[in-house]
Amino acid sequence: MIRVQREDFDVGREIHDLTAGNHAIGGVVSFIGTVRDFVGHEKDAGAPVKAMTLEHYPAMTERQLTDIEAEARSRWPLEASLIIHRYGHLEPGDRIVLVVTAAGHREDAFQSCQFLIDWLKTKAPFWKLEDTAEGAKWVSADARDDSLAERWHKR
Amino acid sequence: MKVLYFAWVRTKTGIAEESLALPGGVETVGQFLDWLKTRGPGFAEALKQPGFVRVAVNQEFAQADTRLHDRDEVALFPPVTGG
Repeated sequence: MIRVQREDFDVGREIHDLTAGNHAIGGVVSFIGTVRDFVGHEKDAGAPVKAMTLEHYPAMTERQLTDIEAEARSRWPLEASLIIHRYGHLEPGDRIVLVVTAAGHREDAFQSCQFLIDWLKTKAPFWKLEDTAEGAKWVSADARDDSLAERWHKR
Repeated sequence: MKVLYFAWVRTKTGIAEESLALPGGVETVGQFLDWLKTRGPGFAEALKQPGFVRVAVNQEFAQADTRLHDRDEVALFPPVTGG
């Protein structure tokens, strides 16, 4: 299941709703992405971020997330999966993205969750505009995200 | 064609969305980008680094040799930064 929304989500409730009643599930893994309050990778070096705006391309987002989820489900035997991605105005500490995978065994849940967030990072059409002391700045894509996604390419 | 621009590609070109007839001699994404560059300084600036701006045709990632048709939805945007 995928959802793209402006509103926040309740992690506990989402996991409950996704998995309730399915007793074939033996492991649930979740990833929650949140807004940092500094630019870049180094906490001490990064300028403060006051807020950000997440822009996206709705028709393509829907399509890409659907495809990414289908790809995960073709690779791992999942009982349930969920991707929620927010857009619009977000502030430090706010949740941006939730990925949940549930499987009979933990290995499938762990791997597919990591796969989903890694692929989403390089394929889902979202762009972050950070509000910093020097003004609004578009976040540059990170080559590290490409290499993290690369490891899931089938050889 | 419907052409959409996102993030800093939109701010540099000054356009979010437009309708265009497929320009004469343009058959592929690569040729379309070359044509766009000649439309003005904002376009030239946005497209100055070859291969950097991503292109989607009908909501799927496209390559320079992807063929274009008059009813396509084409989108130009920077590498994605969600998640």
